[in-house]
Order: sequence, then structure tokens, then C-alpha cells
Amino acid sequence: MSSESIALTGVREPSSSFSDILYSWVTTVDHKRLGILYILYAILFLVIAGIEAIIMRIQLIVPHNHFVSPQTFNQMFTMHGTTMIFFVVMPVLFGFGNYLIPLMIGARDMAFPRLNAFSFWLTAFGGFLLYFSFVGGYGLYGIGTAPDVGWFAYAPLTSKTFSLGHSTDFWTLGLLVSGFGSIGTAVNFVATIVCLRCPGMTLNKMPLLAWLNLIMAGMVVFAISPLTAAQVMLSLDRFLGAHFFDTQAGGSAVLWMHFFWIFGHPEVYILVVPAFAFISEIVPVFSRKPIFGYPIMVAATVAIGFISFGVWAHHMFTIGMSSYGNTFFVITTMVIAVPTGIKIFNWLGTMWGGQLQFQTPMLFCVAFLFQFLIAGLTGIMLGAAPFNWQLNNSYFVVAHFHYVIVGGILFAIFGAFYYWFPKMSGRMYNERLGKLHFWLLVIGFHLTFDFMHIPGILGMPRRIYTYEPGRGWEIWNLIVTIGTFLQAVAILIFVVNLLYSVFKGRLAGNDPWDAWTLEWSTSSPPPEYNFARIPTVLSKRPLWDIKHPEDPDWDYE
Amino acid sequence: MSSNAISQASIEQQWSLPYKGHVGMLCLIAAESAIFTIFVVAYIFYIGESLSGPTPREVLELPIFATVCLLSSSLTIHAAIGALRKLNNGGFRLWWFITLALGSIFLIETGREWHHLIYDRGLTISTNLFGTTYYSLVGLHAFHVSVGLIGLLVILLLALAGKVQQEHSKNVDTFALYWHFVDVVWIVVFTVVYIIGR
Repeated sequence: MSSESIALTGVREPSSSFSDILYSWVTTVDHKRLGILYILYAILFLVIAGIEAIIMRIQLIVPHNHFVSPQTFNQMFTMHGTTMIFFVVMPVLFGFGNYLIPLMIGARDMAFPRLNAFSFWLTAFGGFLLYFSFVGGYGLYGIGTAPDVGWFAYAPLTSKTFSLGHSTDFWTLGLLVSGFGSIGTAVNFVATIVCLRCPGMTLNKMPLLAWLNLIMAGMVVFAISPLTAAQVMLSLDRFLGAHFFDTQAGGSAVLWMHFFWIFGHPEVYILVVPAFAFISEIVPVFSRKPIFGYPIMVAATVAIGFISFGVWAHHMFTIGMSSYGNTFFVITTMVIAVPTGIKIFNWLGTMWGGQLQFQTPMLFCVAFLFQFLIAGLTGIMLGAAPFNWQLNNSYFVVAHFHYVIVGGILFAIFGAFYYWFPKMSGRMYNERLGKLHFWLLVIGFHLTFDFMHIPGILGMPRRIYTYEPGRGWEIWNLIVTIGTFLQAVAILIFVVNLLYSVFKGRLAGNDPWDAWTLEWSTSSPPPEYNFARIPTVLSKRPLWDIKHPEDPDWDYE
Repeated sequence: MSSNAISQASIEQQWSLPYKGHVGMLCLIAAESAIFTIFVVAYIFYIGESLSGPTPREVLELPIFATVCLLSSSLTIHAAIGALRKLNNGGFRLWWFITLALGSIFLIETGREWHHLIYDRGLTISTNLFGTTYYSLVGLHAFHVSVGLIGLLVILLLALAGKVQQEHSKNVDTFALYWHFVDVVWIVVFTVVYIIGR
């Protein structure tokens, strides 16, 4: 590439002035920068939503505590849930997808770079809109009230009668706006993966991360849209006096539940499929073996994608569906465990007989395998309708889905952080701090969420702001709160490690893990155009072929 | 390694993937279909559930003329792109203008229907469940028609300025996918609202 053509593409000299740097980040359409923006945005909201969780746990540490008022407690669990799902986990997964997909499939950018930037800013604006309710919830008086209807906002709590002011409207509009952002990102993911793969990368040679993100994007297209539609209906109810969820005029509160969970359950798989993608990339590299059962992995994920749209009413066993409805949703819930189990066996098969290297990313992946298994098992317990009638809306449910989202998804995300941090920053993280982060988080996680199952079985309902002494719940709540603080310290160590290593870490080089996918063939961090020459691939592990020309993979595929 | 180099070159020559505009638009259409599905489900769920009048049978009349206009606009936009592919820019502009006109007639007819329902029949979105579901479903479709009309108008203005040429037929085709989708959705809405629901 001549210097003239570089000048024509408008690349400017790097400038050190703060306003220039800010300008270049705000106006960027580069998938790598947008990916990093998504991730930083998610870390910001992770800290905020984490503080909300700690406020709840301090309130529950002893019976009859007066740390916060009941109203504040309701706001805290609503904001914590909404923020963690929509403004932490979704953005961080979109961030990694944005950063990695074009690099892994040998493309220079996403299919629609400007749509990509637009989607990010919509998501960001949605988050700020939600949090603006703290100051603008009653209009512009500066006296705020955050939404307090719970993250699934059942009717009629959200009606004008029971939810005064505009806090619920901020919740609705925030999710509506970020939902458009998610759909835009999903459209972009699909178009990028379908249309921009480098020569030779047929669908069955694509890295699993790209495959699983393709499936995730397809699920976003079909799952976020029902939420968007339901939010529009709720807004019509609240602003124009429509009656969708107004039981006084013949409307149905149960319809909202169906609409919410037809989004809500695929959403869980939207969050966990990219986590599967991280595990599927990291485990082979640290086992020094190719992934075991590649086509089965893809097929199992496609199966999960389809079945996940037929399980939603297992959130609603207690509303009194017909026995046929109950039976159907019990069966589909049991069925979806099968492809999920297949994946776990595939990862174990990948590790079996490999030269395992327990660096920080691999530690997080191994913990994921154990914890996600337990999360799945309690999920099967809750998927059985009679068991669910007993424990629905108890702390057992809270413990179960935190096991999925923290023990499964968050651990996989941290593994991905450590694995791709050298590529994104060009520097290695501190291995000792990384391991400290891991062990503190494991201990804190198990203290909190293992013991949280027990008060649930003993009958403690979720979302209560305090409880009576003498029910046998005190000791468990105390342990759970102690675990929360250990997790907070672990996250703090992670942030310190991140900040320290970005500036002071030792240089990583292009390929610190001796890995096999295309992103490791670029410099760290990659140049703006990713690849000076678009690569051609002949196998699933193009870098293996380059490193071992005497024994390339394409001889065996 | 020489066989490797040869196969690389042949792979690069044969490599072709779908056009990203089409794939992106089809994804958007899938998302839109899911949104419409939820509104249609709500409409069907609430048929006959209103606690007070007016009922659909009392107030709704079949919008045959508007339907014919909208559906035939799918044919005219197809003809327009065919003309563009054959380098017939005048034909493109004519067919494109007819498409815009047909779509506009549909929107005006919807407006007249709503005016009649609101001022003569007293049916608003807050009157009963029929009003709630009717205005939201038909309104959602009318909103999509409006977005389509804006797109049609922008492309018409670009064409009049001579900015739409044969090499843009793929881009114009991508937009036409959206317009076809709006028409197909109308068939569903028409069936649900004016035939099943009435």
C-alpha cells in the first residue's frame, strides 16, 4: 500500500491532545474501537449494578435491618436486574463480538460500520435514559425515583394507578431504545458473518466463536423484537390510555407475562451462547488440541437456538396454566438440557488427554464448566412443574439464575477478558493478580450463591426488603452477604489489574498463546484496517497451517 | 507448497458471498415480522373481548380500493427496477413515481378511515380493546408505510437529480425488499382485522 493511498483514506497523524482523542473515539466507526467502547461501558454499569447488589445484601444481612427503605429496596432490585441484563452482559458480549468477529473471519470491518456506531450509541443512550430516572422520575423537578416494578415489570404494577410519575416510562423507553440498538447490532453480525468471510472460509471452516455469534444474532432478531412490541404496547397503555394490560377494561395481565418471557427466555440463551463461544475458543488453545466435535457443537447450538423459543412459560407454572400447557413446557425445558449437556461433554472431550495449561483464562473456563453444570441441574429441578410450584419466587430461583449468569456467563466473560486482553491492549495482564482475582471470585461466588439456595428451600421469598428472626434464615443471609463483599474485592482487583496492565504490562507480541485463529496473525493491537492483505484459509486453524507447513490441518479435514 | 499456492489462488477466484445489503435487509425484515407477530397475536387474543362497543362489525368497512393500490405498488416497484436494470432511466422514474403515488393513496385512505372512525363513530385507542388493538396494529403498519414513502421519495428525488444509475440497482433492490415486506404484512393485517376479526 503506497503512502498516497493511505493519505486518501483520511488517516490522521495520532494526536495526543485530549479533545482530539475524545473526538476520534466519539466519531469512530472502527469495529475494534466500538468493541472496546461497549466493553468499557459495560464495566461502568457492572460497577453501578454491583453497588446496587451490595446495598441489597447489606439490607438483608440481619433481620429487621433499616439500612434502606422498602421503596429504595424495590428500586435497587429493579435497577440491578435491568442493568445487569441489558447494560452489562449484552453490551459486553456485543463488544467482544464486534471486536473479534471481523478479525476472526478475515474481514476489515463489520458489514455496516456506521450502523454499528449508531447501535452502540443507542445502547449507551438507553442506559443513560434508564438512570436519568433517578433525577427525572417525576418530571424535571430534580426529585427522582427509579423504576421499582421489578425487571420483568408484571402488569398491573406498571399501570398508571400503581406506578405514579415517570419512572416506569424511563424503564420502558430505556429498554426500547437499547433494544433497537441490539437489533441493529444483530443485523450487522449476521450480514458480516454471512457476507464478509475471507476466501476459503466456508461455513464449516469458520471459528466456533463466529458460528455461535451468528446463532446468537439470529436469536436477538427474533427475541428482542417481542420485547420491543410489548414495550410499545405498555407505552400506549401509559401515555394514550390503551387497554392492552388493563384488566379493568378486559385486558390481560397474563398476556404481558407471555410477551415478556417469549423474549425473556431466549434472552438467557442469547447471553449464554456467546459465553459458550468464548469457552469453545479458549479451552482448545489451553488444552493444545483442536475442539472436539466441531459439527456437533454447531448443531447443538442451532438446536438450543430453536428450542429456546419454546420454553418461555416455564417461568409461569404458578399462574395456573392448563395441564397440557404445563406438560408441554416441562418437556421442552427438559429437552433443551440435552444439547447443552452435549456441549459440556464436547469441552471435556477437548480437554481429555490434552496438555492442559492453567493460566488465568483457562481457570475461568474450568470453573465455568463446573458451575454451569450445577446451574443447569437446578434449572432442570425448576423446570419440573411440581417442584416449581413449591419454590417459584423463592431465593432458590434467585440462586439458580445467578448461578447461570455469574457462575456461567460472567466467568466465561472474565476468561475472555484475560484471553484477548493482550490482543486489545498489546500488553500482558499481571498473571498473579489474575489468579488472585480468580480465586477470590470463586470463593466469594460459592459463598454467596451456594448458600443462597438454602433460604429459598426454607421458604424465603425473593424481593422482600427484610424478614423476621427465628425462621432459620439469618445465618444463610449473613454468609451470602459476606460472599458478596469477597466478590466485590475480586472485581476491584480485576479493575486494578486492567488499569495497571494497560499502561505498565509487559509487551505481549502478536500471539502470546500460540493460538490458531486469524486475530492472532495481526499485530497487537491490530491496525485500523486489520489485514494488509486479506488472508486465504484452507482449514479451521489457519495459523496452525502457517506454523506447521509440514503437517497442515487441511490434510485431515 | 506449490500445490498449496495453486489451491489458494483457485479459492480466491471462485470466492463469492451474498450481497450484504440483501442479507441485512432480510434480517431487519425478520425482526419486523416478529414485532408484527406480537401485535397480531394481541389482536387475535382480544377479538370479542371488548367490554363495550363499538364492535368491528358495526364500524369497519373493507378497504378494497386502498388494498388494491398498495398491492399493485409491489408490481410497479418491480417494474421500476426492471427498467433500471435495462438502462431505461425514464421508465424507472415513471414506475417509481407510480409506486410512490399508490403508496400515498393507501396512506390517505387509512387516514380517511381513521377520521371516520374517530369523528363519526367515536372509536379511539382508549375506547375499548378493539380500539386499542385496531389502532396499534393498523397504526404500526401505517407507520411502516410512512417510512417506506419517505424512502421512495428520497430515491425519486435522487433519480430526478440523475444520481440513480444501473450500478445502483442492487441498492434500490434492497429498498424494494422492504416495500414488498410492507405489502405482505398488509395481507396479514387485512385478513386478521377485516376478515377474521369482523
